[in-house]
This record gives sequence, structure tokens and C-alpha cells, in this order.
Amino acid sequence: MVHWTDEERDIIKTFWGKIDAEEAGHQALTRVLVVYPWTQRYFSTFGNLSKPSAIAGNPKVRAHGKRVVVALGDAIKNLDNVKATYAKLSELHSEKLHVDPENFRLLGEALIIVLAGQFGAAFTPAVQATWQKLLAVVIAALSSKYH
Amino acid sequence: MSLTATDKAHVKAIWSKAGGKAEEIGAEALGRMLEVFPQTKTYFSHYADLSVKSTQVRTHGKKIIDAITSAVNHIDEITGTLSSLSTLHANTLRVDPANFKLLSHTILVVLALYFPADFTPEVHLAVDKFLARVSHVLTDKYR
Repeated sequence: MVHWTDEERDIIKTFWGKIDAEEAGHQALTRVLVVYPWTQRYFSTFGNLSKPSAIAGNPKVRAHGKRVVVALGDAIKNLDNVKATYAKLSELHSEKLHVDPENFRLLGEALIIVLAGQFGAAFTPAVQATWQKLLAVVIAALSSKYH
Repeated sequence: MSLTATDKAHVKAIWSKAGGKAEEIGAEALGRMLEVFPQTKTYFSHYADLSVKSTQVRTHGKKIIDAITSAVNHIDEITGTLSSLSTLHANTLRVDPANFKLLSHTILVVLALYFPADFTPEVHLAVDKFLARVSHVLTDKYR
């Protein structure tokens, strides 16, 4: 089981309250698709991803980004049991979606960068470390059912 | 993944702002790497203070950013420009190659933090590619 300090729980709750899931998710997923274009392989049904402006303006990208960050909320509500919370999602990503778990890392990094841009100096090293820990736990849980 | 003309232009543009804050940005990037990825502290066991505010971290952070600035200023000859630094990393420092990605990540985070309007997805892409190139050059003589 992952150990969270009171400070970490505080940081997560405080910042989660200030994050717009749709906007953050949209920006993070846009960055992934622009910065690591090979990730577009998973989104052949999304329509126009031909250039950064198309990606940023694509409503399916926005909707999917929102979905992902909204799902992050489940982990935040269940910090002491993230693995169990994401067991089904992990199976889905492995067995149905066939997503290389490396992509979870790429999206996690992109989200950190989006949060840094949004919060500026308030995104202190301690806040960054906490969020990176949260994402590492989420990524481990999402990877756990792969076999 | 070679740098296009557009990539080079994006890198030069954002670095023209970052280069002038070398100590601040270097300290933040290095300090955050040490805090977020504690295994990197193993390379700094001789430092008294590993926080972003530490004099040692600030000095070393500035050194790193200044070296990157010279690579930006000679973006078509990164290999030549960083040749002696490459030798230093291979023979003396021997930082595990995995760590270059970690510092590259925190540099990107700090650029986003300081220049949110300028650090667009396209600029993010260009800087990510550029830092990967720099990392490649610095580890090129490892074996």
C-alpha cells in the first residue's frame, strides 16, 4: 500500500480543487499527440490530427482528454487503494485497447507540464514532487493487469 | 529524430528568454530533479544543501543552462560545441544515461512555469527534441 503524508494528501486535494478537468485533460492530450506524434496510432478514429492546430481544435481530443483527467479523480478519492480502483481500467487498456504503458508515462509528464504552466510559482518543487508521485502510483496501477 | 528548421527557430526563440535567467532556471530545474527523482541525489553526495535555494545548486544549475545556451547558439554544430563536455561526462562524471531524461523533463517543466504563453505544444516538441539531441551528444563517448 502506498504511504501518503498528510501534507501530500493536502496538496493533492487543494490543487485538484483548482483544476478544470476538461481544460487540463485537453491540453495534456494535445501535447502528447503533438510532442510524441507516434501516439496518434491509438486515435485513428479521431479525424484530423494532421497538425498542432488541428489537434488542439479537435473536439474528440478534448473529450478524451477530459475523460482521462476526470478518471484521475477516482484515484484521488481512493488514495489508499488506487490499485484496486484501477484494476478494471488496467485490464481494459491491456486487453481491449492494447496501449503500451509507456504512453501513460508520456501523458503523465505532459500533465505535469500543463499544471506547471497553469499554476506557475505555486507549483513548487514539493507540489510537483507530490503530483509526480500520484501519477507514478496511477501509472503503476494502470500497468498492473498487463500480462 | 533530427531538428527541423522550425524546431531550431522555436528553440532559439524560447532560449533567448531563458538564457538570461540562467541561474534561476538552472537552480529550479536541478533542484526539482533532485526532489522529484531522489535517486539523482546520489551524484551530489558532496553537496550540503540540495534545495532549489542552495548556493551549490544555483551555481551548478547556471553552469548547465550556460552550456545548453552555447549548444543553442551553435545549434548546427552541437557535437563539436559540446565535445569536451561529452568527454567529461564519459570519463569523469559517468552519470547514468537514464538521468538525462529526468533533467530534460524538469527543464521542460521550468520553461512551462516561467513562460506559459511561449511554451506552446510546438515549442515543447522542439525543445524536447533539442534536449534529446544534447543528451545524445553528452553520452556519445560512454562506450
